Amino acid sequence: MEPIIETQKLSHIYSAGTPFQHAALVDVDFCAYPGEYLGIIGHTGSGKSTLIQHLNGLLKPTSGRVLVEGKDIWESKEATRRARFQVGLVFQYPEYQLFEETVYKDIAFGPKNMGLDEGEIDRRVREAAQFVGLKDETLEASPFELSGGQKRRVAIAGVIAMEPAVLILDEPTAGLDPVGVERILGNIRDYHKAKNATIIIVSHSMEEMARTADRLVVIDEGRIPFEGAPGEVFSHVDQLEGMGLGVPRMTRVLHLLREKGIDINDSAYTVEQAKTAVLAALQKGGNV
Amino acid sequence: MALKDITLGQFFPGTTILHRLDPRAKLLLLVFYIVALFSCKNLAGYALAFLTLMAAILISKVGFKAVFRGLKAVYIIVIFTAVLNLLYTPGEGKPLVSFWIVNIYWEGIRTAFFMVLRIMLLISCTFLLTYTTSPIRLTDALESLLGPLKKLHVPVHELAMIMSIALRFIPLLIEETDKIMSAQKARGADFESGNLVQKAKALIPLLVPLFVSAFRRADELATAMECRCYHGGEGRTRMLQLKYAGRDYIAMFLGLCLCAAVFTLNLLGVF
Repeated sequence: MEPIIETQKLSHIYSAGTPFQHAALVDVDFCAYPGEYLGIIGHTGSGKSTLIQHLNGLLKPTSGRVLVEGKDIWESKEATRRARFQVGLVFQYPEYQLFEETVYKDIAFGPKNMGLDEGEIDRRVREAAQFVGLKDETLEASPFELSGGQKRRVAIAGVIAMEPAVLILDEPTAGLDPVGVERILGNIRDYHKAKNATIIIVSHSMEEMARTADRLVVIDEGRIPFEGAPGEVFSHVDQLEGMGLGVPRMTRVLHLLREKGIDINDSAYTVEQAKTAVLAALQKGGNV
Repeated sequence: MALKDITLGQFFPGTTILHRLDPRAKLLLLVFYIVALFSCKNLAGYALAFLTLMAAILISKVGFKAVFRGLKAVYIIVIFTAVLNLLYTPGEGKPLVSFWIVNIYWEGIRTAFFMVLRIMLLISCTFLLTYTTSPIRLTDALESLLGPLKKLHVPVHELAMIMSIALRFIPLLIEETDKIMSAQKARGADFESGNLVQKAKALIPLLVPLFVSAFRRADELATAMECRCYHGGEGRTRMLQLKYAGRDYIAMFLGLCLCAAVFTLNLLGVF
């Protein structure tokens, strides 16, 4: 399958030529496929935020290329602008970007910039609001009156309303309570299913990633040391911990059992999978 | 990104002698330097001031690039000054160029050149001070130097606190502006094209969240300070005590020497 978004030997150096010079990305080859639910995990300062800002042309690579649907997004001004609308990016704490008088107008900001007509804008705003579970009366409220969780959902709706083929979210659940986390993740899953969009979520929460993502990409010091299905990635327990990243609790328990010399499959990461693994080990060993 | 070029109040940590000097000594040095710069009357004086600054930049290891980047922000003032001085300095003898109402004399070129040099050196040396001195030390120094004014009921401590908070918040707000700009650009906002009215309108999605967050930050900071029982300068002790060392006296002496040298060169009247 052709990747929908791809980087080739992407490097980015911040503050080149000053004492703060810092290479955030080094020769990164990254790709995401259509309809995929992809997780990017990395420690603070690993370069994950820098990477995603390249994917919709907010940052210009120091060297290397970024391709969306096979086309270089820095080829022309129009190509860059097109990439902005094809690839929607929700920043960390997006509630701080709200500015309009009403929720409706704020969500409509993106579609309006795309130059759509009134009817289409209205349809998209209402649909996006529905995806994130905002009631109709909320649409007329001022975004500054809402609660933190609601504000965040408004901000996410603002990007969803542009109906991007690729939706990237940087730590969408940071600072929310468990109920808020579940709601946001549910909203994102709904969008994923309804539009068959590619979802890229950046996080450092392994539990969350393990539950939601089809594939994981690990970033450490501006490089991608390994990627693959969650079970595969989590089998690198020691390396992950060396990068300051944890593994899901279940994986950790199974890994510790394995270290104790028990023959058990330690690539499981959900409670269900762990149960199966433990039962299988019990059957095999008989007398564990 | 143009915003990143604004480096006012940014501090480059380091361990060079310029970083380690007492901040009060550095402030006084800056004063001496400015006095010397403004009393320069001839090329020799300017050359001396120029070389002194270059030496200081070399010693500080912040790099010429960083210092000159600071000049980008004032290039309009520099060009403006140069043109005005070039056109409006009266001279003796025949004008070099003369057409319509424009008369350019040799004196005009000379004054324009010196004024530009003066502004550039002035800005660069101020930047060098903020590059090599952390904002906290700088305001400590200011508070200490202005200390005598407390007797006249000038709220020196409060002023210093306001200044240090303002300095601390400049890079933070710049970073925030950058972030909000990126977020709105991701939603298709266009800050670059269009005429002046369109450009001003395009700033609304940037300015509203920026103000909201500035007020929020101020509020949070005030609460945090109150929680830690901040109640002004009275009876407040400090973690870093400022103490002059031998190198500070030497530095200040060198500063005085620079002033003296410039005065002497003025008297000698070289060029």
